[in-house]
Amino acid sequence: MTSDVLISPSFILIFGAFLLPVVSGWARSALVLVLPLLTLGAIWQVGDGVQMTAQFLDYQLELVDGSNLSRLFATIFAIMAFAGGLFALNQKHVIELSAAFAYAGSAIGVALAGDIITVFMYWELMAVGSTMVVWSGRTPQAGRAAMRYALVHLFGGVVLLVGVIAYIQDTGSIDFTLMGAHSFATWMILIGFLINTGAPPLSAWLPDAYPEASWSGSVFLSAFTTKTAVYVLLVGFAGEQILIWIGVYMIFYGIVYALLENDMRRILSYSIINQVGFMVVGAGIGTEMAINGAASHAFTHIIYKALLLMSAGSVVYMTDGKRKCTDLGGLFQSMPLTAIAGIIGALAISSFPWTSGFVSKSMTNQAAYDTDMMVVWFCLIAASAGVFLHAGIKFPWFVFFQKDSGLRPKDPPWNMKAAMVLFSVLCIWIGIQPGPLYALLPYPTDYQPYTSAHVYEMLQLLLYAGLAFFVLLPMMKRKLTITLDFDWFYRKLAVDSAASLAQTTSKFLAGCVWIRDNVVNAVIDMASHHHNPKGVLARTTPAGVMVFWVVVVLFAYLVLYLFV
Amino acid sequence: MSEENETQKPDEKPHEPLLDINGEPMHWLVRPMTIKLLWLGGIALLAFVTWLGTTVHPHAEFVIEGTLGFYSWYGFITCVAMVIFAKFLGVGLSKRDTYYDE
Repeated sequence: MTSDVLISPSFILIFGAFLLPVVSGWARSALVLVLPLLTLGAIWQVGDGVQMTAQFLDYQLELVDGSNLSRLFATIFAIMAFAGGLFALNQKHVIELSAAFAYAGSAIGVALAGDIITVFMYWELMAVGSTMVVWSGRTPQAGRAAMRYALVHLFGGVVLLVGVIAYIQDTGSIDFTLMGAHSFATWMILIGFLINTGAPPLSAWLPDAYPEASWSGSVFLSAFTTKTAVYVLLVGFAGEQILIWIGVYMIFYGIVYALLENDMRRILSYSIINQVGFMVVGAGIGTEMAINGAASHAFTHIIYKALLLMSAGSVVYMTDGKRKCTDLGGLFQSMPLTAIAGIIGALAISSFPWTSGFVSKSMTNQAAYDTDMMVVWFCLIAASAGVFLHAGIKFPWFVFFQKDSGLRPKDPPWNMKAAMVLFSVLCIWIGIQPGPLYALLPYPTDYQPYTSAHVYEMLQLLLYAGLAFFVLLPMMKRKLTITLDFDWFYRKLAVDSAASLAQTTSKFLAGCVWIRDNVVNAVIDMASHHHNPKGVLARTTPAGVMVFWVVVVLFAYLVLYLFV
Repeated sequence: MSEENETQKPDEKPHEPLLDINGEPMHWLVRPMTIKLLWLGGIALLAFVTWLGTTVHPHAEFVIEGTLGFYSWYGFITCVAMVIFAKFLGVGLSKRDTYYDE
C-alpha cells in the first residue's frame, strides 16, 4: 500500500464504527461527533489525483483518488454523518449508529474510489450497513423490509459485479472513468448503479424500507445510497441520453405516488426518488451546467431531505411511533421548532427563492433550457411545481396543520433540535450565499440564480401550485391506503404463487393418500376376499363332496344314456 | 325557563373563546377569521406575483413561455393534472394499508 495521505477518510468512519459499541455514555457521544469531523478534515487533505493505492490480486487499486466532484460528495457525506450522529445521540441501540457510520464511511469510500473494484467493494459494504440500519427499526415489519431491501441490493450488486468482471475482461483496465453504455459490460454496470438510484422498475425498495427504520435511522438512509449512485452516474455515464428519460419518469413517479400516500415518511421517501430523478436527468444531459446542477443538487438535497426526515423523526420520537397523516395534525402548536424546521426543509426541497434548493436544482432546469430540450424542460418545470405540491405543502400541512388531532407532543431533546437548527441554517445560508457551494463544484461556473425574472418565475410556479393544493384539498384527503407498485410482484404475486403451488402440491399428495386408502386398499381387500384361506378361490373342499358330485355326474350320465 | 334560554344564546356571550378539540382556547392561527384573512392575503399575493412576472422582459426561447402569466397558469394546470392523474391511478392501485400483512 502506498499513500500520499495520512489515512483514507473512509477508514476513519468504518473503523470508528466498531469502536462505538465498546464505549458508552459521554465517550460514545463524543466519538459520534468527533469521527465525522476528523473524516471531514481528512477529506479536505485529499489533493487531486491518486493519493492511496493497494495491491489486490494482479490489480493496483486506487483507494483514494481526489477530484472536485469526489471531494464535494465526500464532504457532504461527512457533514451528513455529523448531523445524523448529533440527531441520533439518544438512540439507545448502538448497533444502528455503528451500522450508519460504516455505511457513511463506505459512501465516502465510493466517492473517493479511483477504480471500479474499489467502487464495488465499498458498494457492497454500503448495502450491508444500510440493511443493518433498516433492521435496527426493531419491529417485525422492519425485519421483513430489511430482508427485501437486502435482496434487491444484493441482486443489484451481482449485476454490478457481472458488469465489472466483463468490463475488466473487455478493456483490461480497472480505471473508473467515463465509460458510457456501449457494451454488455457497461450496460450491466449502468443497471447496477441505477438500481441504487431507485430507478424503475425496482423503485419500490426505497419507500418500502426507509420508513421502517427507526426515527434516527431513516435520516441516515436518506443520504447515502441514492446519492453515491448519482455520483457514479456522473463519473461513468454523464451524457447518456437514456438517463434523461429514466430521470423524468422517476420525477413524476415520485410526485404521483407521494400524492396518494398517507405515511409521512413514505411521502418523503417517494420524494427522494423524485429529487434523484432531477439529478439523473442532469447526468443524462451531461453538459458542464447539468453536471454542476446535479452535483450541487445532491449536496443541497442531502441537507434538506435529512432536515425533513429529522422533523418527521422528531414527530415519531415524541408521539411513540405515529407516522400516518390520518393520525397527525395540529402539531405546530406544541412543537413549533420541529414545525419550522419541517417548513424550511419543505421550502428548500421546493426550490423556493432564498433556500438551497433554488440555487442548485435550477441549474439542471437551465441546462435543459440551454440545450433546447423543450419537452424535458417543460417536464422539469411542471415537476418543480409538483415538488411543492407533494412534499413542499403536503408534508407540513398534514403533519403540523390540517385538522387538529388533539396531540400535543413537545419539541424533542436538545441534540435533535440542534441538528435541525444546524441544517435549517445551512438550507437558508446556502440559498442566500451560494458562492461557497459553487466554488466546490466540478466545473467553474458564473451561474446567477438571482435574476429578477428567475425569482418571479419560480414564485409564480410555486404559489400557484400551492393554490392548486388548497383548491383540490378535498381530493387530497388522506385515507388508510397504500398504493401498489412493482414490489407487488415479489411481495404478493410471488408469495401467492408459492402459496398456491404449495397448496396444489399438498392437494396432489392428499389425492395420492386417498388413492392409497381407497383404490389400492379396495383391490387388496377384494384379492384377500377371494384368495384368503377361506376365500372362495383358495379354500380346500373335503373329498366326500367331490365323490358326491362325481356320483351326481355319473347318475346324470346314466339317466341320459338310458332314456335319451 | 325563557330566561335560561335567553342566557344560552350565543349573541349574549360574544366574547366566549373558541375551543379546540382538547377544550383549550383555539390557537390564533387556526381560528376561522385568521384562515379567511390568509385566503384573502394569499389571493392578493398570487395576483401580485403574476403582475411581477409581467414587469420583466420575457426571454422566451420556447414560444409558449412568452404568454401572459405563463408560470402562473402552467404551474396551476400541471398540478391539477398531476392530482387528477394520481387519483385516476389510485382507483386501480390503492389498497388498504394492511394489504401486505393479511
